[in-house]
Amino acid sequence: MTGPILSIRNLTVEIPTRHGILRPVDGISYDIGRGEILGIVGESGAGKSMAGNAVIDLLSPPAHIAGGEIWVNGTRIDQLKGDAMRRLRGKEIGMVFQDPLTSLNPLLRIGDQLTETILAHLPLSRAQAKDRAIKALDEVGIPGATERINSYPHEFSGGMRQRVVIALALCAEPSLIIADEPTTALDVSVQAQIIALLKALCRNRGTAVMLITHDMGVIAEAADRVAVMYAGKLAELGAVRDVLGAPRHPYTDGLMGSTPLASRGKARLHQIPGAMPALDNLPQGCAFHPRCPYAQSICKTQMPTLADGDGAACFFPLPHTAEVA
Amino acid sequence: MLAFVIQRVAQSVLVLLVVGLVAFSMFRFVGDPIDNMLGQERTQADIDRLRTTLGLDQPFVVQYVKFLGGAVQGNFGVSYRQGRPVSDILMERAPATLELAAVSGFLAISIGIGLGVFTAIRRDGWAANTIMSLSLIGVSLPTFLIGILLIYLFSVELGWLPSFGRGDTVRIGGWTTGFLTESGLKALILPSITLGLYQMTLIMRLVRSEMLEVLRQDYIRFARARGLRDRAVNFRHALKNTLVPVITVTGLQLGSIIAFAIITETVFQWPGVGLLFINAIQFVDIPVMAAYLMLISVMFVGINLIVDLLYFSIDPRLRADRTKAH
Ligand SMILES: Nc1ncnc2c1ncn2[C@@H]1O[C@H](COP(=O)(O)OP(=O)(O)OP(=O)(O)O)[C@@H](O)[C@H]1O
Ligand SMILES: [Mg+2]
Repeated sequence: MTGPILSIRNLTVEIPTRHGILRPVDGISYDIGRGEILGIVGESGAGKSMAGNAVIDLLSPPAHIAGGEIWVNGTRIDQLKGDAMRRLRGKEIGMVFQDPLTSLNPLLRIGDQLTETILAHLPLSRAQAKDRAIKALDEVGIPGATERINSYPHEFSGGMRQRVVIALALCAEPSLIIADEPTTALDVSVQAQIIALLKALCRNRGTAVMLITHDMGVIAEAADRVAVMYAGKLAELGAVRDVLGAPRHPYTDGLMGSTPLASRGKARLHQIPGAMPALDNLPQGCAFHPRCPYAQSICKTQMPTLADGDGAACFFPLPHTAEVA
Repeated sequence: MLAFVIQRVAQSVLVLLVVGLVAFSMFRFVGDPIDNMLGQERTQADIDRLRTTLGLDQPFVVQYVKFLGGAVQGNFGVSYRQGRPVSDILMERAPATLELAAVSGFLAISIGIGLGVFTAIRRDGWAANTIMSLSLIGVSLPTFLIGILLIYLFSVELGWLPSFGRGDTVRIGGWTTGFLTESGLKALILPSITLGLYQMTLIMRLVRSEMLEVLRQDYIRFARARGLRDRAVNFRHALKNTLVPVITVTGLQLGSIIAFAIITETVFQWPGVGLLFINAIQFVDIPVMAAYLMLISVMFVGINLIVDLLYFSIDPRLRADRTKAH
């Protein structure tokens, strides 16, 4: 099978409120292939988590999928309900949350949390499930997995807990992992280890990964492709090398400018002026135009679209060689 | 863990000593029992003889220690009114109260937790909303009123259930039980509902709010994201995490079920220790009152101790912290 693992088409998430309908995710489309890591970046509130939660059907009401399609392994899943969707969670789509301190049930041994997950999806005996749980812990680099399986979450450090979380997300061998800022809550010293672990595990198994992050460094380190989100829409999509090396959307350019990247050396950090507009107060036209140094009159009236596939949703993509001349 | 248990037991003993002091003080400060016990034609010699027999002529501290010594052995002296050992009277009455309290407590806990979970999971359903509104009645109506309403409806109007007494009882050893006869079981229904309703609604509302809180937690979302069945998420993951606060309150409520039994027993003329206590107050039967006070406090303290131990069995974090601390 050569098709993508995850395919999102025109996905729209809506939240009905008293002031009208908000669209935290507004018509985004992308694919993630086997063994591919797609980084999702964007400012806080851009809709990154909403898009991830929509895929695994864990949006908290009143947020709901209002349009578009989600395909996993060639099956359309956005209309699945109840038990049909539950079977996919953990089995086809795994999820890693941000904070390992709160992701694990404090009252259950990690071995029990692993085996119950395995048994929910695979036709194994308890003993087999336990063996598999030990193997899963071993694979994420927990020393002494055979004994540690009887430990409670509070007996692990933050980094170790995130390894346990990853083991839990992967223990039924899903083909897609959604990792929502998996390292943000961790100590800087263990962040790189966790990213490296996630990357290695997914490469080995051919798992597709949706890696949500604020950190351009993480994208540069781990991702193959990157999607830049702004106010619910995709601003830019492309291979990491292309997007980071030569950003085409002014927002990506600004985002990179405000990120201390090793490759950029001591380049001056410049902040994008202003803030992302609130969802109930989006400007006409391109949502980025009030902050864009290159905005023209068309940007204030019309919404630029992202051509199918890679590129930038911008009327005047960089580089602006003509202007410079 | 052991150190913690010892510490709690020591605290419990201290509490009991203080209650014992209060109970004992009643002998000194609530009237003179001699007045009640001897008739009009008494001589000073009679009075002195009785004083010596009852040990009332000895110093306060000696009397207190004697009282405690007796209490530890279950000896609370002789009822002023019935002239029989208080412990015998209590033993006769205790089964009625304990059976009533056990049924009420069981109803309160099982229905309270069940409805609490239900109303939390089906938060916005009409059934949950109806239950929540009805539960306000349980919290706000006083016990005796509920009892009287139930009697009016089921005994007077419908004639289904008895309005007073325990029905037929069966004696097993020193214990009389109403569980084994039809009339005994029927007689239990109205009083146990009356007694347990308040606790049931309280437990239900508490479980509901704790459960709503827990259901918002990340580990519940993560459990869902792993594809666990709703049943596992709601009961294994969520309910268990609500138990620590629920057990605290439930424990205290079980204690007050026994204490509040006084009112229910009065309304239903239930022949338990509560009714005994009310009658004892009317006759200033201080040994009975003191023994009742001690009995209730032993139960409270015992329940609290059990609650503390339950924490340990539920929450591994407590076990860890304690072992590290010692
Ligand atoms: N119940 C709600 N009512 C109104 N707006 C909401 C609600 N829930 C979320 N939002 C909005 O939806 C938008 C998208 O949120 P989302 O959590 O996806 O952002 P994010 O990109 O993941 O941000 P972060 O980097 O902070 O995690 C935000 O602007 C948020 O304010
Ligand atoms: Mg987020």
